[in-house]
Amino acid sequence: MKEKQSLLSVRALQRRPDFTLDVDFESNSALTALFGPSGSGKTSILNLIAGVHRPARGRIVVAGNVLTDTEAGIFIPMHQRRVGVVFQDAQLFPHLTVQQNIKFGQWFTRMHDQGLPLEVIVEVLGIGSLMKRRPATLSGGERHRVALARALLSSPRILLMDEPLAALDDARRSEIMSLIERIRDEFRVPIVYVTHNVEEVRRLALRVVRINAGRVVSTGTAAEVLGS
Amino acid sequence: MFGFSPDAWMAIELSLRVATVGTLVGLPIALVAAYALARWRFPGKIILDGILHLPLVLPPVVTGYFLLLTFGRQGLLGKELYDLFGITFSFRWTGAALACGVMGFPLMLRAIRLSFEAIDRRFETAAGTLGANPYWTFLVVTLPLALPGVLVGAILCFAKALGEFGATITFVSNIPGETQTIPSAIYTFTQVPGGESEALRLSCVSIAIAMVALILSEVLNRRIQRRIAVFE
Repeated sequence: MKEKQSLLSVRALQRRPDFTLDVDFESNSALTALFGPSGSGKTSILNLIAGVHRPARGRIVVAGNVLTDTEAGIFIPMHQRRVGVVFQDAQLFPHLTVQQNIKFGQWFTRMHDQGLPLEVIVEVLGIGSLMKRRPATLSGGERHRVALARALLSSPRILLMDEPLAALDDARRSEIMSLIERIRDEFRVPIVYVTHNVEEVRRLALRVVRINAGRVVSTGTAAEVLGS
Repeated sequence: MFGFSPDAWMAIELSLRVATVGTLVGLPIALVAAYALARWRFPGKIILDGILHLPLVLPPVVTGYFLLLTFGRQGLLGKELYDLFGITFSFRWTGAALACGVMGFPLMLRAIRLSFEAIDRRFETAAGTLGANPYWTFLVVTLPLALPGVLVGAILCFAKALGEFGATITFVSNIPGETQTIPSAIYTFTQVPGGESEALRLSCVSIAIAMVALILSEVLNRRIQRRIAVFE
């Protein structure tokens, strides 16, 4: 079901015994940051977009594709959504090599047009020399680059990143941030980026959705939301 | 050969066949049951869990007796299976395989279930976001990650099946060449005058087979841990 709308539109209500998520926001930016303290519901929003969870009420639209609409009874299963997720701790498959990991999504989505060629992604992320290795032998920064490649190669409609820099030291953070900037500017995949780090928001985000205690507090550019 | 009597050779061959068939037939059932117990919520789960583990704690004679009642010629399922497929269990090696498989099943189930439960489910979520439906996710992520546990379970079941005595002798008796496995043969040799040396030699064979099985599982386990290539 296609419709003309913004790149990303999320309206969702989710109730749990100890927490209520009730959000409504839209974005047309190449990189939208969900910004807020730990436990504010940022990751829950990613899970709702990815289809890991189903909201009690809500509607989620990505690039004109209705992924969830509780009123219309629409819930596209996770594996048909074409959302690329970069998990906080990479979640590379430990039993597969780097090459098998990054080709995993391609294997299942090869009927779709491949927007991004393997060679380009491998080149940009600088993982060509790692292809035969196993995740257990990679450093933290290498793991994140492979996770990025894996998500990008599944030809996603949208790329979701859950605090991808949280586990890295400063040198690696800066390196991965440059890569994310390149992906944001060169590849035509909108990114939703979850973080609680002000520096990352200032450097990467074109639009910021500030979340607190399960609600949207404010939206706007980094300068508008964070103040200058 | 090696001074074994024909009966002893038959017992060795039969034991290997019975344990192999019992394990291989039980394996797919154990995989499904272990996955269901590890992942699904359904009414009566505790009771199913209990029933599947019963052979582990019941006296083997009781298990054998129930097999006789159920799968014997006049048994509830035994009669049906014979009428429909011509399969007979009573006093046949197939019955010994069934008894050994049933006795080893809980060990296999337990090992496989534990390995399913130990898998970080976020790997499965990751596979889902990459476009793998639940069946593919099971085949290329869950099962390979659980493989060491599956292997350990199968070896345990095989070893248990090799040593099974009570249920087998109750269900299918102790017929040389048909249902006389190594343990039954050892028992028989200890009951006849001059059979001690044969009993001792067969006991050594039991130990050797069990050791080979355990070492094999360890070697395979290490190889799997090092390298499981699902696709290029």
